[in-house]
Amino acid sequence: MAKLDPATTTVAHRFVLPERLRNFGQTYGGLTALLLIILYDILFRPHFLQVQSLYNDLQEVAPIAIIATGMTLVIATGGIDLSVGSLMAFAGAMAAVIFLSPALSNIPLLGNMLALIIPLIVTGLLGLFNGFLITRFRIQPIIATLVLFIAGRGMALVLSNDKLQDFNNPGFQFIGQGSVLGVPFQVILMIIIVAVFAVIMRITTFGRYVLATGGNEAAARLAGIPVNRVKLAVYTISALLAALAGFIIIAINSSSDATRVGLNGELDAIAAVAVGGTPLTGGQASVPGTLIGALIVYLIGATLVSQNVSFGVAQIIKAAIILLAVYFQRQRKG
Amino acid sequence: MADISTTKVSGSNRLATGWTRSKSTLQRQGPLIALVILVLFGAFRYDNFFSTYNFLTVVSYNTTFGLIALGMTFVMMTGGIDLSVGSLAALCSVVAALASPFGLLAAIGAAALAGLIVGLFNGWVIAWLRIPPFLATLAMLLAARGMALVLAKDATVSVNATSDWAGLSQGILFGIPLPVFLLLAYAIGSIVLNLTRFGRHVLAIGGNEEAARLMGLPVERIKLAVYAISGVLAGLAGALLAGQTFTGSTNEAVGWELTAIAAVVVGGTLLTGGMGSVWGSLVGVLLLGLVFNILDFENGFGFISLGVSWQSVIRGVFLLIVVLVQSRLTRAKKVRLGQEPSGP
Amino acid sequence: MNQSDPLLQMEHISKAFPGVVALVDAHLSVNRGEVHALVGQNGAGKSTLIKIFTGAYRRDSGSIIFDGRAIDFQSPQQAQNNGISTIYQEINLVPFRSVAENVFMTREPRRWGFIDWRKMRAETATLLKRLSVSIDVTQPLMNYNIAIQQMVAIARAISFESKLVVMDEPTSSLNEREVETLFTIIRQLKADGVSVIFVGHRLDELYAICDRVTIMRDGRTVDVREMKGLPKVELVAKMLGKDLGEVRRHGQTSFEVGQHHVEQEVLLEARGLRRGRVLQGASVNVHAGEIVGLAGLLGSGRSEVARAVFGADPLEQGEVRVEGKQVHFHSPADAIHAGIGFCPEDRKMDGIIPYLSVRENLTLAALPTLARNGIVSREKQQEIVDHFIRRLGIKTTGPEQKIRELSGGNQQKVLLARWLCLNPKLLILDEPTRGIDVGAKAEIQALIEELAEKGLGVLMISSELEELLEGSDRVVVLHDGQTVASLDRQDISLNAVLAVMAHGDDDNSLETANKEEDVQHGEA
Repeated sequence: MAKLDPATTTVAHRFVLPERLRNFGQTYGGLTALLLIILYDILFRPHFLQVQSLYNDLQEVAPIAIIATGMTLVIATGGIDLSVGSLMAFAGAMAAVIFLSPALSNIPLLGNMLALIIPLIVTGLLGLFNGFLITRFRIQPIIATLVLFIAGRGMALVLSNDKLQDFNNPGFQFIGQGSVLGVPFQVILMIIIVAVFAVIMRITTFGRYVLATGGNEAAARLAGIPVNRVKLAVYTISALLAALAGFIIIAINSSSDATRVGLNGELDAIAAVAVGGTPLTGGQASVPGTLIGALIVYLIGATLVSQNVSFGVAQIIKAAIILLAVYFQRQRKG
Repeated sequence: MADISTTKVSGSNRLATGWTRSKSTLQRQGPLIALVILVLFGAFRYDNFFSTYNFLTVVSYNTTFGLIALGMTFVMMTGGIDLSVGSLAALCSVVAALASPFGLLAAIGAAALAGLIVGLFNGWVIAWLRIPPFLATLAMLLAARGMALVLAKDATVSVNATSDWAGLSQGILFGIPLPVFLLLAYAIGSIVLNLTRFGRHVLAIGGNEEAARLMGLPVERIKLAVYAISGVLAGLAGALLAGQTFTGSTNEAVGWELTAIAAVVVGGTLLTGGMGSVWGSLVGVLLLGLVFNILDFENGFGFISLGVSWQSVIRGVFLLIVVLVQSRLTRAKKVRLGQEPSGP
Repeated sequence: MNQSDPLLQMEHISKAFPGVVALVDAHLSVNRGEVHALVGQNGAGKSTLIKIFTGAYRRDSGSIIFDGRAIDFQSPQQAQNNGISTIYQEINLVPFRSVAENVFMTREPRRWGFIDWRKMRAETATLLKRLSVSIDVTQPLMNYNIAIQQMVAIARAISFESKLVVMDEPTSSLNEREVETLFTIIRQLKADGVSVIFVGHRLDELYAICDRVTIMRDGRTVDVREMKGLPKVELVAKMLGKDLGEVRRHGQTSFEVGQHHVEQEVLLEARGLRRGRVLQGASVNVHAGEIVGLAGLLGSGRSEVARAVFGADPLEQGEVRVEGKQVHFHSPADAIHAGIGFCPEDRKMDGIIPYLSVRENLTLAALPTLARNGIVSREKQQEIVDHFIRRLGIKTTGPEQKIRELSGGNQQKVLLARWLCLNPKLLILDEPTRGIDVGAKAEIQALIEELAEKGLGVLMISSELEELLEGSDRVVVLHDGQTVASLDRQDISLNAVLAVMAHGDDDNSLETANKEEDVQHGEA
């Protein structure tokens, strides 16, 4: 019973922001930051408000926002999914292989449909695999998802025979290049997904279960919550959303380059979640916050580029922002 | 006065200890056995397999991985992970190329220094800012490549090659074959791990960080040190990379950390830390390297054609198998000692 | 330095944490070469006191004199370096490392800068030999059973040439033979002039090995006595704050000592429960409308019975029947489905979801019933939450307040409400009023009674005897994982319960208790 708590024995010199500032930051920080950045862009970034430029921005953000939504759920349960980037590449490669296959290239409608459905199912199963490793074998999420992090892109390359797959498939490309009523399709997709999951997290039993599992797993179990099933579900969801994001990317580029699709996707997703205010320790989640986080991270990068900051420096700044966001989040927990 | 050593040997305890012993032996020597089997397999099957040329090629090619895996071993033994080593190697290759006008030694030194600085930063963020290792090093993965781009001014930097450099691409450094250096590095690593307090403390932290802290170990400083070591070794690997390609390239070394992780884990170091082997990592690197070498030979035969992309799949599969095995072993140990109930 | 001075003298120690006062004027005095017991129930303050003089906590006030000097250790390492070693209940060693390494961690012997393995092994073996242990010190610690691991921990403690060794529940994982070996070692330490502080709760052990005992309760030192000649019952009584011979006065709790309407219908029958080292065949029954109190000392298996019945921990052996039908609960969800609810002992660890609101925590278990097509009906939730906030008098700024901001008492009410939402048949309550202010305590007790009157069966675990005695229709006493007594209403008395708790299933424990009482009052 005299178990020493290291937190009380080690000298923890941590700078803690005053309470008021913290609370404000927590509720409005994200939005404020976003507005500030947008303001800056309006003032200093040429053509920012032009429709074409806005479209570009939104198009780039969409896939990230989508996988970040899945990541939000996973992180809310106290876990992490490092495999999303690789799964994006995998799903994209599989889709291209399907609709480019000789058998189906003459039946575009069937080809496209199968190209959407099959990779979705397979990627979903891979997500289930992640969840299985974590629940059945009690492997830590970092390690469990590391497996697909390593192997997923390779599997994508194998599928595509190491080749870049160019295509001209208007049906499929609509996902990335088409627009509905003037709004790019993937932006609509992003909005729908964010909205759907925001609602799910707020008002469904599943959403409450996710938060309870991450908030206090032991208590959740004692309250009758099927914790394992919840975890399996979130990893599957994360994988499915990664597949969607993969589709979008290859549709935008009209090609599937398995070495580049989703590269660093997991980092972007984690950054969006962290900046958006969802703690990495789990138990709380804000899907809308993640969207704001994704926008912030993306816009900072885009702004820097537009100001002729070199790509390299932009990467460094992005990495620094991620670290700062996580660091301040730990501060918030006090 | 009862001699309680007898309690250990009685009944089920004896079985348990015996089982642990043989399982541990298997775990420890398994990779080595596999390595030997592969060597024999290759020797029988392929003509040129057992040639000095082939071996030198394999080992030289894997020297960079070997160096990184050595650093990764120490990091993972503390229960951490370093995902930035690939990018760091690329960064340091640029540094080496930039320093090459001052000579090979300067280039190597500069690269190692750059690696050290980045490694120290990683260690600081992880040990003192308490940011989870995977996240901190994942961010550094991004940042290091960015720094490489900045230093290289978005181009590739050519190595100002002197005659010393020429040997590197052939696998020779200052007249000594690279494998010797690799062995030397591992020997030093092994000595540090087994014969210094520092090495033992590294393992203690990974085994039970709280207990280690309670026993008075300077946990933060040790963590700082292992990430610094990982950084330096990545730096050296970067210098080697520059020597092999005669350029400081910002696009190289992608995914090297994953190879290293797979090799370290296959070599017997637990992903969760606390237990491991320096030489095991070398065996792991060679094992993976041989697997790919054999795949190359098989490709040549035309029986199968497995592209380069299969490599990461194979690494992933290796990782998966080892992780599953490791998870069973660690769970079995916990159950036997009454720390966890044997239920689901 | 006078050799007859106490080795350790702590006086007027107080320590408060935000929201909780752990120690109020605690004393502890340990002589040289003495084995000194430190006892008290959960929350008595033993751990805090120990953490203070071993350097893990800083005291708020009071003085500590160790070996003739006033001390104020800033860290456990400092305490260790000054001669105080602590052996924790959990083995705080590194399981993967060898025995020798664990013993010498941070002080590994060196030769020319490199570790001298031979010396380390030899010295470890020598140390262990002093403890009558001969094992292969190169094996990883985890290859050995708990008893040996304890010995290694002790060897490490001794190797620091300590003057004082604190042992916190060292026997909790040991069998009889291993305990005997441990005692031999303790006697040896004593002979060498080393003092030992023994924190434990198994009375037989304390009586076997300790010279004196310091009894703590509610953050204070209640008494310091010689073990010899101290009747067990009196020891237990002091731990629990009772005076022997005290006449039961009604109205000390909110339980009305009247009749409950106990129906014949048996709700729960649990028989022969076995699990690990703690549950050794315990049994308990609960009828509808009955409040069964589960009594016993720390470690007797009460919480384990509760968790096993609720399906939270798997049973190795035993049979559980609900309303006559045998059940096999694989998880709490099964038990909940069968109409059972459970408030765990540790609200913080097992009860509340800290960052979620009162509303969310309250309706957590009931969500499936409040949702249609997976969507939670906010109105129904609101309704239920408002209802219970009123009904139970939960003090909160509103249903949306984060539960971690509520006081202990109100958190407990929310947790209770969590189950009441579901109209359970049986409610298992583990320390329902622990850490709660007097007002809330009364409310909760009244509530439990009301529920029983409506036909709910209640299995209540409480370390507060008044609660147990006044509230229960029947008291089941556990001792070392077994049921040793089931006392009906008319047989329930303080003495009876204390006696059984103290002596377990010794024959004639009641008789012995009465004899002791007589001795106490000078009548024998």
